Amino acid sequence: MQDIEIADLRRLTEVIKEQYDYDFSNYAMSSFKRRIQRILELYKIHTIDMLIKKIREDKSFFGDFITEITVNVTEMFRDPSFWRELREHVIPNILLNHQTISIWHAGCSSGEEVFSMNIMLKEMGIMDKAKIIATDIDKVILEKAKAGQYPIKNMELNEKNYIRFQGKTTLSDYYKEVNGKAMLDKSLLQNVSFREHDLVNGNIFNKFDLVLCRNVMIYFNQTLQNVVLKKLHESLFKYGYLIIGSKESLIWCEIANKFIVVNNEEKFYKKIKD
Amino acid sequence: MGRFNLSNQYKAIVIGGSAGSFQGIVKILSGLPENFELPIIMCLHRLKHVRNGFVEALSIKSIKPVVEPYDKENIKMGKVYLAPANYHMSCELGNSFSLSTEDMINNSRPSIDVTLESAAYVYKNKLIGILLSGANRDGAMGMKRIKDRGGLTLIQDPAECMMDTMPTAAAKLTEIDYSLKIDEIIEFLREVNKVSKG
Ligand SMILES: C[S@@+](CC[C@H](N)C(=O)[O-])C[C@H]1O[C@@H](n2cnc3c(N)ncnc32)[C@H](O)[C@@H]1O
Repeated sequence: MQDIEIADLRRLTEVIKEQYDYDFSNYAMSSFKRRIQRILELYKIHTIDMLIKKIREDKSFFGDFITEITVNVTEMFRDPSFWRELREHVIPNILLNHQTISIWHAGCSSGEEVFSMNIMLKEMGIMDKAKIIATDIDKVILEKAKAGQYPIKNMELNEKNYIRFQGKTTLSDYYKEVNGKAMLDKSLLQNVSFREHDLVNGNIFNKFDLVLCRNVMIYFNQTLQNVVLKKLHESLFKYGYLIIGSKESLIWCEIANKFIVVNNEEKFYKKIKD
Repeated sequence: MGRFNLSNQYKAIVIGGSAGSFQGIVKILSGLPENFELPIIMCLHRLKHVRNGFVEALSIKSIKPVVEPYDKENIKMGKVYLAPANYHMSCELGNSFSLSTEDMINNSRPSIDVTLESAAYVYKNKLIGILLSGANRDGAMGMKRIKDRGGLTLIQDPAECMMDTMPTAAAKLTEIDYSLKIDEIIEFLREVNKVSKG
């Protein structure tokens, strides 16, 4: 297949911006290009022009496009050492000064991170103290998160992570196997509200004590990372915590000085300036 | 003039390796001159959920520390980079890295094809691609992209490889400029360094 040119991608993102009010023009080029390539192959569309035409004319296709363009790969208790640090230091620290904790999962994908959070909070006996909002740009993936059913084959890895997290029981205490799927215990979502939200064009809608935005900004270029980081900063109470993915860094962002690094290995940052 | 008759056009080196490549990589990294100038960008298949240890093991004998870059870290001269566990690593225009958790490609994350193809896109004919021992076909498509964009392609001599599937697959898919033993690859890289320093 022909290599996609940058000019092609520009034309595509312009059309999407005009017609649908989503802005992909500052997504990281390398992965965005691969995602487009993948969509062309998946739908057997031969050129970018044909893709543009389809997007212009077919609203429902655009929904599928959003689903395919985003990368939803996730795990329960991904980076177990991070979850241990959260349990042992960060959450207790927040509770020193607060009766309740408000948490935002920005880019929650199919919800594994949210379930992990509540399993951890439940084991700490403080799930009723937390209010969680979980958002993603992709409607389809949010439905999956709400359903809380995962392919049983994923549970092996999730279980491994849980063991390394050193949870109190076994992960299988939190789900039932039904028709080859792991159905997560729905009571784990009772303090969670899922919402569609675009970090790029969306508004700031609340303030939180803890914001997790892990493995989302890696799909943005540096310009967009700066824009989104400002929004995450504004969505945090002063002295609130921001957590990004284990291979992300804030140090080259414009407002890095408004945070301090609490734990560099596990990527905990604390907002210290408004 | 050296054995390989090289020009000074090159700006980066990418290396892919899988099963049976560890010893070779260690040998290369310990055999380079300390003033080696071009960035070395490595994608090696590795255990997915072991975040620590590998880079340390590679660094012990290496002429310079091996670093796993952060997302959007700049690619700098004189550095040796390794794709981190469980992330694909790409090069971006403007010479930085992007990491990604996209699905596995060729059963691998990091995938060698991802690193090689993106590097080919960024560095075009200024890139040298090296593919070492491995038991699958990851990297073959990446080597083809490097060749198609005018870069130079090297494989580890299949006769020397513990697993020759990977270099052989590349050789079937595209023209390979050199098939070399590890010692010769070191000799080659030394010559690259001499030429690029002028
Ligand atoms: C790789 S997942 C990260 C899941 C989880 N946080 C983790 O680390 O395992 C990235 C998610 O970011 C979402 N995303 C991408 N662009 C977004 C945007 N502009 N606004 C909100 N979410 C976005 C994708 O839909 C995807 O579900």
